[in-house]
Amino acid sequence: MRAVAIGVSLGGLEALRTLLGALPAAFPTPILVVQHMAPESSDGLAMILNTVCALHVKEADADETPQPGTVYLAPANYHLLVETDGRLSLSVDPPVNYARPSVDVLFETAAEAFGVGLVGVLLTGAGSDGSRGLRTIQQRGGRTLVQDPLEAVADSMPRSALALLKPDAVLPLSGLASRLLQLTQYSTHSTPRPTRPA
Amino acid sequence: MPSPGVHHVEMHLLLEGVFQVYGHDFRDYAEASLHRRLSKWLTESRFSTFSQAQGAVLRDPAVFHSLLTGLTVNVTEMFRDPLAFKTIREQVVPHLRTYPSLKVWVAGCASGEEAYSMAILLEEEGFKDRYRIYATDVDPEVLEQAKAGIYPLKELQRFTQNYQKAGGRAAFSDYYSARFDRAMLEPRLRERMVFATHNLAVDAGFGEMHLALCRNVLIYFKPVLKQRVLSLLDTSITPGGFLCLGLKEGLETTEWQRSYEEVVARTRIYRKRYA
Repeated sequence: MRAVAIGVSLGGLEALRTLLGALPAAFPTPILVVQHMAPESSDGLAMILNTVCALHVKEADADETPQPGTVYLAPANYHLLVETDGRLSLSVDPPVNYARPSVDVLFETAAEAFGVGLVGVLLTGAGSDGSRGLRTIQQRGGRTLVQDPLEAVADSMPRSALALLKPDAVLPLSGLASRLLQLTQYSTHSTPRPTRPA
Repeated sequence: MPSPGVHHVEMHLLLEGVFQVYGHDFRDYAEASLHRRLSKWLTESRFSTFSQAQGAVLRDPAVFHSLLTGLTVNVTEMFRDPLAFKTIREQVVPHLRTYPSLKVWVAGCASGEEAYSMAILLEEEGFKDRYRIYATDVDPEVLEQAKAGIYPLKELQRFTQNYQKAGGRAAFSDYYSARFDRAMLEPRLRERMVFATHNLAVDAGFGEMHLALCRNVLIYFKPVLKQRVLSLLDTSITPGGFLCLGLKEGLETTEWQRSYEEVVARTRIYRKRYA
């Protein structure tokens, strides 16, 4: 796997704390996140998540190459996109599904860039942003995970995805964390030291 | 569905053709946004693939212009990022007052919201007839909108909130008159403004500016074009002058880092050092 992309809206802070908080600092891929937020929000979300996550959490910058073990949040009032060479980019194009950042914009461009190397995760939220993007991820051969609507604070985003596609799994947050570790083949065993040539 | 690679080949061929026929160079635009914009234009056109559209785009200027508008559409607001305008008012204007006459360049002005915002700010700060604003964009059609200064009335509520947060000194309603669902900005705001087509990707600069605004334009460019545009802006700004970029665009990690100083941390408003 080359990357994980997460989309979330209403109820997102708690969901991200739980999900990202359950992942280790050595998580083997970058994690790209679109959380819907008001246009003038500061980068407070990154600060909050950094205090509860072993992963490094930051706001995405244009042109940066995403690194493993790092969470990149879409900045308020910008779409977050992935270029075909895997670098991140930003835009102020019109809102999509009434949202900027929009989950569909991240998912669709990440699907183009990473293809089978992408895991898309759609969490709690009102509205239907992310459904089409998740379907694109699936069409390009990537894996798709949806938070169990029964657990979600707002169930319409997960439900609208389930109406559009059959994802690889529908799980509560705790299950999503372990499935992500499984899919990205994170090993909890320490890797053996390479033997020195004699 | 063809492999995703085919779309990209078609897109590159179309952009190459557009450059050779019309001189508009989109080849160094960041592809993810460009691809989304092109695809949107395609779904709204009568063509089903870029290859199919190519002949018409290259032979029919009207089709090309609809493509150009689709590619360069820029959505902005008056006093977008109010804090940036507040910082200009409080930290930059005192320096600008020292010039007998002031030149401001709004590069990539789109439909003009930012240029009018600057005009209002300078009027309120007493510059009266001592300034000129050069508002440039690559798209002649969008410049016509900018010249007209007419915006949907439903946008005005947001503009008003931004204006107030940006430290506006009057009632924003003084600056426009509403008719039906449109609001027309006061024509006097336009008196000190010059609108011109200018292509940051290929054209040269035009004169020494005391303040250049180029916000949320660089994020659409690949590093090579970003470099070119920053260089163009740098040569256009007089020593001691100011450069205002978008909140997610910085001079940090560029070769210009040392020749500019950020006026207030993280505002992306920079002052050019004296050599």
